[in-house]
Amino acid sequence: MQKMKLVMIGNGMAGVRTLEEMLKISPDLYEITVFGAEPHANYNRILLSPVLAGEMTLKEIMLNDLDWYAANNIKLHLNKKIVKIDRRARKVIAADGTTAEYDRLLLATGSNPFILPIPGVKLDGVITYRDIHDTNAMIDAASRFKRAVVIGGGLLGLEAANGLKLRGMNVTVVHLMEWLMERQLDRTAASMLQQSLEAKGLDFLLKTQTGQIVGDREDGQGGRVKSVRFKDGSELAADLVVMAVGIRPNTELAQSAGLYCDRGIVVSDTMQTYDPRIYAVGECVAHRGIAYGLVAPLFEMAKVCANHLAHFGIGRYQGSVISTKLKVTGVDLFSAGDFSGGADTEEIVLHDAVGGVYKRLVLRDNKVIGGVLYGDTVDGAYYFQLLRDKQDIHEIRDHLMFGQSHLGNSGHQGQNRAAAMADEMEVCGCNGVCKGAIVKAIKEQGLFTLDDVRKHTKASSSCGSCTGLVEQILASTVGGAYQPAETKNKPVCGCTEHTHEEVRRAIREHHLLAIPAAMQFMEWGSPSGCATCRPALNYYLISTWPHEAQDDPQSRFINERAHANIQKDGTYSVVPRMWGGTTSAAELRRIADVVDKYKIPTVKVTGGQRMDLLGVKKEDLPGVWRDLDMPSGHAYAKALRTVKTCVGSEWCRFGVQDSTNMGIELEKDLWRMYAPHKVKLAVSGCPRNCAEATIKDVGVIGVESGWEIYVAGNGGIKAEVAQFLCKVKTHEEVLEYAGAFLQLYREEGRYLDRTVHYVARVGLDYVKQRVVEDRENRKALYARLRFALQGEPDPWRERAAGAAAREFEMLEA
Amino acid sequence: MDQPAHAGAATAIGLVACGHRGSVVKLTEVKVSGWHQLCALDAIPRLGARVVKSAHGNIAVFRNAEDEVFALLDKCPHKGGPLSQGIVFGRKVACPLHGWNIRLDDGNAVAPDVGCARKFSVKVESGQVLLEI
Repeated sequence: MQKMKLVMIGNGMAGVRTLEEMLKISPDLYEITVFGAEPHANYNRILLSPVLAGEMTLKEIMLNDLDWYAANNIKLHLNKKIVKIDRRARKVIAADGTTAEYDRLLLATGSNPFILPIPGVKLDGVITYRDIHDTNAMIDAASRFKRAVVIGGGLLGLEAANGLKLRGMNVTVVHLMEWLMERQLDRTAASMLQQSLEAKGLDFLLKTQTGQIVGDREDGQGGRVKSVRFKDGSELAADLVVMAVGIRPNTELAQSAGLYCDRGIVVSDTMQTYDPRIYAVGECVAHRGIAYGLVAPLFEMAKVCANHLAHFGIGRYQGSVISTKLKVTGVDLFSAGDFSGGADTEEIVLHDAVGGVYKRLVLRDNKVIGGVLYGDTVDGAYYFQLLRDKQDIHEIRDHLMFGQSHLGNSGHQGQNRAAAMADEMEVCGCNGVCKGAIVKAIKEQGLFTLDDVRKHTKASSSCGSCTGLVEQILASTVGGAYQPAETKNKPVCGCTEHTHEEVRRAIREHHLLAIPAAMQFMEWGSPSGCATCRPALNYYLISTWPHEAQDDPQSRFINERAHANIQKDGTYSVVPRMWGGTTSAAELRRIADVVDKYKIPTVKVTGGQRMDLLGVKKEDLPGVWRDLDMPSGHAYAKALRTVKTCVGSEWCRFGVQDSTNMGIELEKDLWRMYAPHKVKLAVSGCPRNCAEATIKDVGVIGVESGWEIYVAGNGGIKAEVAQFLCKVKTHEEVLEYAGAFLQLYREEGRYLDRTVHYVARVGLDYVKQRVVEDRENRKALYARLRFALQGEPDPWRERAAGAAAREFEMLEA
Repeated sequence: MDQPAHAGAATAIGLVACGHRGSVVKLTEVKVSGWHQLCALDAIPRLGARVVKSAHGNIAVFRNAEDEVFALLDKCPHKGGPLSQGIVFGRKVACPLHGWNIRLDDGNAVAPDVGCARKFSVKVESGQVLLEI
């Protein structure tokens, strides 16, 4: 079959990223031709500043070398500027006469530096700062000349000035406005920045308007630049002038082809221009009236555009929130969102002038809408995430300014500041990845998102406790290109654009009862889904329609399919249920006999007060269960695990409540309950809390006058203390409140979110209101839980009697 | 004896070497090869797998949503996880141990992971699954 022809104009980051994304989904759909005006393959433009500063080499910032184009059968024309698009004949024409026909055209023409409309801009030694050519020109000038003037005190101007200073020039930054980086910084942060740059030897002229650039020819209008003359008549000698006063989307070509342009080439949410055959991405576009001058939004655009080019048909680009990070070594600065203030906004400010730390967050309606951090940007990624997620912060407001209290508790030597870590320090303790390896991968592989870093380095891809550190490393390495992952409205997986909440709603409102029907109804992108969405769908179906929806074992992780925990050697572990951590001589004898009979190599006491039989062959499982004759402990499932108890008032001289029996009652009440993730409970008989109830999903603590109930604690990956929900008097009330809370989590939690994540998302106030204050609702929740659990069988007993036998039998050839 | 040479070749030429290495090992290690009847197609759950004991070790025989069958050595190239126990989707399986995605049709890991599980020939005739070993 004849392939369609895709032509791309512009060989920069946005365009090539789009091609990469598209090739991932649909490698054989198009015959691809790329035209680039520069003589280089695709490089990482945002790392030009470190190159100028002498911290990196050009080779290090290449993203795709020529081999990449060859390996993907892409015809690459370098040094060829397209001068005309013939939309009727569907072809593009380059300045040298080269033509290429297209079925689809992708415009990625980027932006041009803005040139001040003043005399002298064409003189030798007057340059802009945009590409490798400009960077090389500055490096060359720095080796021959002494005096540089940078016009423009924005991000690019300051990075250029810093680089030229490091290369030995005397540099003066001329800025029209009252303070530096006025679009990203407030006055306080800007003056702190200015002071630290002055300490590095840079000079500044603020509130200064340039009138003319003077040449060294006699009439002052030709030759090489000699000085810069300002509107107030003063003059400053210069051998090099860098103009960094902003960029403009490059729309010239699109306009000449009759495509509608406003601030940029106007595109829809699917990145299509007014000619649907022509797509556009990157700095050249205007989307919903905004032209983005930073690199971060490009990746989201690229993903959406690639999806549509590949005929995958899902995904919409809906705009980006952007952040800025100045890439000047030794200056720590982060800004994001809108911090201009206003009558309906509030501010929280932390300012330590001597310590050189300034943090300002701007809030509206209890949400972060902007922030500036100077001197300590560790929490930049965290605030940016809050901003992007529009997270309600009123519950954390009192400690918001102190940042994220735990970035993780174990596995990375207690570090929570990536900047302070040496390259060889381990960041990810699960996969043994050190900081240097992550930085190297980000730079060399051109990674920009947490997911990318996880895929390539495995860092933070297992338990996730080092996610905060990895985000910091990513944010500081790619600077303004950093874009936090969408967590609030993220699709379930790459197979769909629907969020978890949308999927749940569709299942509920349209009474969907099986995975194929649900996928068809929601127009899933891939017919059999993937290992991420199928287990989630299966849980949502059975939790929404208990006794009705069809459980699909093939969409469950192996542990829930085999009802045992898979081990590294492919054997399984068996953990029988011991109600409240109690057992008997008869049970212990049976366990001992099973261990002997099936030659089970390891028997271990678990953290949840039970026994773990490790190293059981899969084919032995039904026999083991039959001989144990104990209920399933569900130690393998996203379900109720244990209810840990202390001895309590029956024996303990301090105990004020019978915690053991309360625990047994809870465990019997909740047994066989599937949930978005595992659920652990504990009951302590007095506030000494020997059962460690305050790090459980539901923790119950006996006091003289009744029971205190705590929820959403966590003792694992990230230790979180459970929060007080309410106090009740009787055992029955404990069952009802705990059950209602867990049912709320079962109905609203996202698959694989623990209660701590669920409560962090919806807020404890909401949970209290639904479970504690609203009596009717609590009773209804608890009734729905009871209904769901009614008649739910013990999976071990069924299988010991011969159910699902095929799962445990091997074939012989 | 010549095992290291094969391993070297596989590393050097990547994807192509993988299938090649499989066939070389088969020729040198197995004396008799031929098609063996395994079971009815319906004995393998759709989007699932069965494990076959063989002289090569355990072999995983997969069946996907389209009733295509595939056979791989039941060992993930990453840490040896039993691929037969993973979740099957499209023409891939997710290893149950650490979630590597392995292509069922050639045994290769999905990028950026690199590795290959040995592939076996398998076919369905009159509703019966046949495996070549």
